[in-house]
Amino acid sequence: MSLLDFARGPALEAAMAVFVFGVCWRMLSLLLLPWARDKSVARAGAPPALLGATRSFVRHLWPPRPLAPGSLFVTVNGYVFHVGLAVIVFGLAQHILFLRGLVGVHWPNLPSGVVSAAAVVTLASLLAALGRRLTNPVLKLISTFNDYFSWFVTVLPVATGLVAVSHLWAPYETLLAVHLLSVALLLIWFPFGKLMHAFLVFLTRTETGIFYSRRGAEI
Amino acid sequence: MATSETIGEELVRRGISRRALLKYSAYLATLMALPPTASKAIAAALAAARRQSVIWLSFQECTGCTESLTRSFSPTIEDMIFNLISLDYHETLQAVSGAAAEQARLSAMRENRGKYVVVIDGSVSTKDGGVYSTNAGKTNLQVLEETAEHALALISVGTCAAFGGIPHAHPNPTGAVPVSEIITDKPVINISGCPPIPEAMAGTIAYLVTFGKLPDLDHLNRPKAIFGDTIHDRCYRRPFYDKGLFAKGFDDEGARKGWCLYEVGCKGPVTYNACATLKWNGGVSFPIQSGHGCLGCSEPDFWDKGGFYRPLSASTGNPAAVVGGAAAAGIGVGIASALLVRRHKLDANKESKS
Repeated sequence: MSLLDFARGPALEAAMAVFVFGVCWRMLSLLLLPWARDKSVARAGAPPALLGATRSFVRHLWPPRPLAPGSLFVTVNGYVFHVGLAVIVFGLAQHILFLRGLVGVHWPNLPSGVVSAAAVVTLASLLAALGRRLTNPVLKLISTFNDYFSWFVTVLPVATGLVAVSHLWAPYETLLAVHLLSVALLLIWFPFGKLMHAFLVFLTRTETGIFYSRRGAEI
Repeated sequence: MATSETIGEELVRRGISRRALLKYSAYLATLMALPPTASKAIAAALAAARRQSVIWLSFQECTGCTESLTRSFSPTIEDMIFNLISLDYHETLQAVSGAAAEQARLSAMRENRGKYVVVIDGSVSTKDGGVYSTNAGKTNLQVLEETAEHALALISVGTCAAFGGIPHAHPNPTGAVPVSEIITDKPVINISGCPPIPEAMAGTIAYLVTFGKLPDLDHLNRPKAIFGDTIHDRCYRRPFYDKGLFAKGFDDEGARKGWCLYEVGCKGPVTYNACATLKWNGGVSFPIQSGHGCLGCSEPDFWDKGGFYRPLSASTGNPAAVVGGAAAAGIGVGIASALLVRRHKLDANKESKS
């Protein structure tokens, strides 16, 4: 079995199994926890729970005015690499084919050049995020292995994918295999590291939004 | 032709001019990626050389490789090959049969001990002693070991001989293996393909006859001159790949416009061969030019790589089953862990009340 056969077959299968298992496990174990009933009386004019949660989610999309200057770089840079990652994952024809194999749906792809440009910008943005983490004293102090490894497993598929699609330095079968293995690593780490925020963000912001909107607070 | 006669003398006798030989030598030099000056050396060496004794063994195969060679459209290739070599044994092409045919093989082995080349097409059955493919009362395995013992070199023609090919495909009921797994003490050149490009074989034999050594080989023992680049690297549809323009089917607008066939399963990016440059049928076309993706037939295990029409970037496994099973397990563990927490909480509440 060649490295590419291993990557396309057993490695991806095992990684997907770990990913799905981990996400289901973590989400359900959180969702099914015993919830304390909110016995407070709702503030007059408090919106319904769902509306409160939605408003909170929308408000969190941009920092409040007083905090904006200090967190402008983090916010903008965060958007850049998140949007970049979405363009790469959902825009490249090869990725759409991969997803089509999993879920059976597909959509038109973006031109390869556009996705490659997005990948370069995303890489630069992720490097900038790491640079800030390493140079900001507070951020550096609270950073753990989880943060750095989550960054690493995110950068790796972008970098290896860019090299593979450009056919640089090594035979394509090797580049593609390394790229797929890096994706497998990402999938395996995803449910157990900070990347899980991709799912948990909806849970936490909804809960926070409901809690505070009931009390008349807008956060 | 007398065995002492050189190739040059034979060509003269058959009325083939020196100009034709030079032209052919230049073609071979180009084919094998040699410098232009090598064409004169090839012509001189070929003219002075005696014909190379070749024993051709056909094992578990479909005769497509022989068909490919004998139906070559390139001018004089077929003729030149049979002028370059003394084909002393070939079950499909020889006139004699039975004991006389076997005698021809044994005579060639005896008379050219240590000098003859063995060409093999087809994989070798090894299961149950190799009984699944026999000839003249002997298994392919026995014939190969017997014939290869005093050979100069071996050439595995076609993917079956080179890598096991279709007989080797899962579940491989005959225990088929490539020649290189049986013969490990002699040089084995692999000219893979299903079938291989005839010029690849002609060029390799000419190189052997001319220089008396093996051409440069890749990590799978294939001549680099032929197998140095991927189909994708030399494909005329490559610009469409780079732009992200892909045919979604075999009869859609993209297919009609000649866009890249990656999405319909083309294996060109991971297949090393010269189809895109040498082409087939006298340079008329090759599979991609005819509208079908490359199957990757010159690579090991091409039959078992997840399907000809599954794109390279797609997983080859059975993700639905795996993901379904993993989801069920995850849901089960998630529910169990939540119930465990609830029980702990209930116990804690009871304790605090008591």
